[in-house]
Amino acid sequence: MPKKYHISTKPAPPRLYPVGRYATVEFREDCAGSCRECVKKKCVYNIFADNYLHMSQMDEPEYLYTCNSCFRCVQECTKGIFSRVINPEYRTLGDDYWTPAIISRTWYQAHTGSIPVSGAGYRGPFVGEGFDSIWTDMSEIVRPTRDGIHGREYINTMIELTRRPQGLRFNKDGSLKTEVPKILETPFPMLFQLHDQYGIEDECVRLSIAKAAHATGQLMFIKPSEITGELKNLVSCMVPSLELATWEKHKDLLATCKMVQIPYGPGLNEVVIALRAMNKDLAISVKTPLDDKAPLIAIEMADLGVDTVHFAASHQGKEVNVDNPKFLRDAIHAVHLALVDHGARLKVNLLFSGGIAMAEHVVKSIICGADGVVIDASLLLALECRLCGRCMDGLSCNGKLEEVDPEFGMTRIKNLMAAWRNQILEMLGAMGLREVRRLRGEVGRSMWFENLEKENFAPIFGERKVP
Amino acid sequence: MSENNRKLPEAVETPSRFRNTIGKFVVKRNSRCISCGLCAELCPHGVHVRYENYAKGTRPVSHKCIGHECRDKDYYCISKCPQNALSLKINPLLETMGDYRWTAEMLLGHFAMAETGDLPHVNLEYNLGNSGGGFDKIRFRHPDPEKAIDMADEDIDTSIELNKTGDGRPERTISIPCYGGGMSYGSTALPVIIGRARAAKRLNTFTCTGEGGYPPEFLPYKDHVITQVATGLFGVREETIKYSPIVEFKYAQGAKPGLGGHLLGEKVTEAVAAMRETVVGSSLFSPFPFHSVYSVEDHKKHVDWMKEINNDVLVSVKVSTPTDVDMVAIGAYYAGAHIIHIDGSYGGTGAAPDIAKKNIAMPIEYAIPKVHNFLVNEGAREKITLIASGGIRNGFDVAKAIALGADGVVIGTADIVAVECVRCSNCESGRGCARGIASTDPELGYMTTEEYCEQRIVNMYLAWRKQWCTILRSLGMKSIRELVGRSDLLVHLDYLEEKERATYQPAPNHAMIL
Repeated sequence: MPKKYHISTKPAPPRLYPVGRYATVEFREDCAGSCRECVKKKCVYNIFADNYLHMSQMDEPEYLYTCNSCFRCVQECTKGIFSRVINPEYRTLGDDYWTPAIISRTWYQAHTGSIPVSGAGYRGPFVGEGFDSIWTDMSEIVRPTRDGIHGREYINTMIELTRRPQGLRFNKDGSLKTEVPKILETPFPMLFQLHDQYGIEDECVRLSIAKAAHATGQLMFIKPSEITGELKNLVSCMVPSLELATWEKHKDLLATCKMVQIPYGPGLNEVVIALRAMNKDLAISVKTPLDDKAPLIAIEMADLGVDTVHFAASHQGKEVNVDNPKFLRDAIHAVHLALVDHGARLKVNLLFSGGIAMAEHVVKSIICGADGVVIDASLLLALECRLCGRCMDGLSCNGKLEEVDPEFGMTRIKNLMAAWRNQILEMLGAMGLREVRRLRGEVGRSMWFENLEKENFAPIFGERKVP
Repeated sequence: MSENNRKLPEAVETPSRFRNTIGKFVVKRNSRCISCGLCAELCPHGVHVRYENYAKGTRPVSHKCIGHECRDKDYYCISKCPQNALSLKINPLLETMGDYRWTAEMLLGHFAMAETGDLPHVNLEYNLGNSGGGFDKIRFRHPDPEKAIDMADEDIDTSIELNKTGDGRPERTISIPCYGGGMSYGSTALPVIIGRARAAKRLNTFTCTGEGGYPPEFLPYKDHVITQVATGLFGVREETIKYSPIVEFKYAQGAKPGLGGHLLGEKVTEAVAAMRETVVGSSLFSPFPFHSVYSVEDHKKHVDWMKEINNDVLVSVKVSTPTDVDMVAIGAYYAGAHIIHIDGSYGGTGAAPDIAKKNIAMPIEYAIPKVHNFLVNEGAREKITLIASGGIRNGFDVAKAIALGADGVVIGTADIVAVECVRCSNCESGRGCARGIASTDPELGYMTTEEYCEQRIVNMYLAWRKQWCTILRSLGMKSIRELVGRSDLLVHLDYLEEKERATYQPAPNHAMIL
């Protein structure tokens, strides 16, 4: 049996006590004292192992990372003195988009390498903005590999980042006439980059990410100035992000890379021609902010013959520099459809970054028309970042990112990627798909809120009055 | 009294298993109390209890308190207490409880129904969740008061028919439009699943084995137990098919469509492994899908196989809700199924990947009208029973699902909420449920008793039945069967002009920290 792609995982417990969802409240003045029935000693999950001592030795209030919310302590305390609240620190994690739940689930995955599995039904809102208004399809009887979960290793999550010839031509002797560029692939559709706002400028952070990219066969976008120290040994997994005016200074670096990224801007055409002339096998990615001109830029880039276009959305997954920004869902779909209408979708690959916070976002981005995504904040979260934003003000890091051991950081990122990839496999498996590339633009494999409402509710309730 | 309602059981007060019952309000008594007994005399809800031969004040029974709306009453204990020893506040614990679909108040409302068999007297929002869509935005249209009928609950028919095919197999009528969803031995504690079976017997309905075999404890109630045949075929034997009035093929489950059942290793105890003929401590991931089914023809082979083994059995086909769920339903019909059971994506589970619960397949609110209308157009609707499940949480959801086009529903989560599940969602891990519901651990799995589970579940359905009767009366209907497919009686808040929308109860909408 040929070897299957696999990301190995290893538990990597957090360095710092994570911010848990709950905090205890105890009305100790009513405590019976050394009660034999003390619920803290009897906790099924033993979460109070170190903390049922006398009040003077307790942290107050006590933040509970591992509390599973079974309410038995609250309901069984003989004096009824025990209660809980939401940990005030937990409330402040992240923002409306990067919710505390997303952040703590990301920590869990980076810690364990396992996909989050739980009992009871779904707990969230019926529908939400953007990706949360898409449900993916499944098939009752069709499976890509009819082996239940034990055939998942046959599902391919690889994507290509190089342009494709639009057809093959042959010489009279049957040899290939068309020049086929060397194919650049990555084993799963999440490329890495450093966040442009969050994250302290520290080599150990960059090195953790680079090591994880290297270990998983993934690519990482990075500025040449950030390739310092030990990172210089890992350039094979790096995609240098160069400037149009100064790219020539880095010709040596390009000789060792498979892909380069340049920004969209005046003079781009000449740079692309020069890069091609220098090394025809070098894949070229053009990065540009995701705005309302994105579909036109995508067409222009496809015609120009670049390999990949990388659109950068905001941290919350929205268009940038636009009055009423669309969310990634619609923005990706618009770019994809523009290319399809132009007959150029197969010429160029599309990457999107910003706002990719969960494994499901990867799948849904691809359904909308992306080839892959580029992640940044999730990598920092894997290193125990709290997205508190103190680094942006030049303050010290709450997650002590500057102290991350790159080996530990690598393990955490690998764990997260393994968990995400496994979740992608779950969704592909349920859909009956064997290749993530087959999912690109396959909106038929998804159900969109507005369509479900139109098809099933409009005949009953008439016209929808609330957008 | 209608023939079908004759068997309805009695409600019996069944208090919480836990010492401190959680309520919407907290009433505290401080040390100024002189135990004069005035509050106990005043309170009509039983919040204050005083024993004649016990001089000290006892802890108030907070969960029975109706809260600040009592303020204007002349029995408002807080202001009447001569010592100012009592205080009242909203329970801050509620914020840490529940979620968008099952809010804290919906949980507390169901605890109260399961305790008393009646609708809660405390002002709790137990009919609507905070999910902001689907059932939570659907309301019954304001009824025409002239149509309302005056009829006692006992005379209203809430029964439904499960065999509409006229194929000569037994007609099976259940007295309430609900039966129990599959919960396997292994995922759920034995006293709970047997308690559900006992409740099903008393309510004249069914419960389902789930995919975990048929413990012998089910045998006294076998006329009310559905055998589930799922992809792992755990515990399915010829005799368990023969015991059963109904066999349910589980093609897929709403919470994890496209994935097989999950029972993680720690819950595979010796007894569970023996029942399932597997290895202790080894995780059981059922395959997906049935490896013997590639087509509707293969599916028919499955159905025929069951019908051959048991000549009286009805066949139910449980599927989840992909885009082509309507085609799947008609396929099941032509293969000879009596019941098509569609399980929506927000349904319950003992263990499923979070990504599957949230994202895969459509919510049941869309699937019911989709399948109902398709079956109507194909001329098959009158010949098959359409059962919906997956995210149907309370009595009103049941009525809405029926009005959208289902004949009846399958209930899982609400049953275990009745036995005091708080939906903490740790059913999958370790020894299982800390509250003794979803666990087969030698200690945790026996925290409940069959009697307790039976009566709490019976009580909850009796309370729901009161709601259904109220709805039916207001619509001028004598039978819940008249409600099937009457989606013209429903409105959706987002489809109404603002002025009209204001006449309906608004959808709960508050931010939650999950």
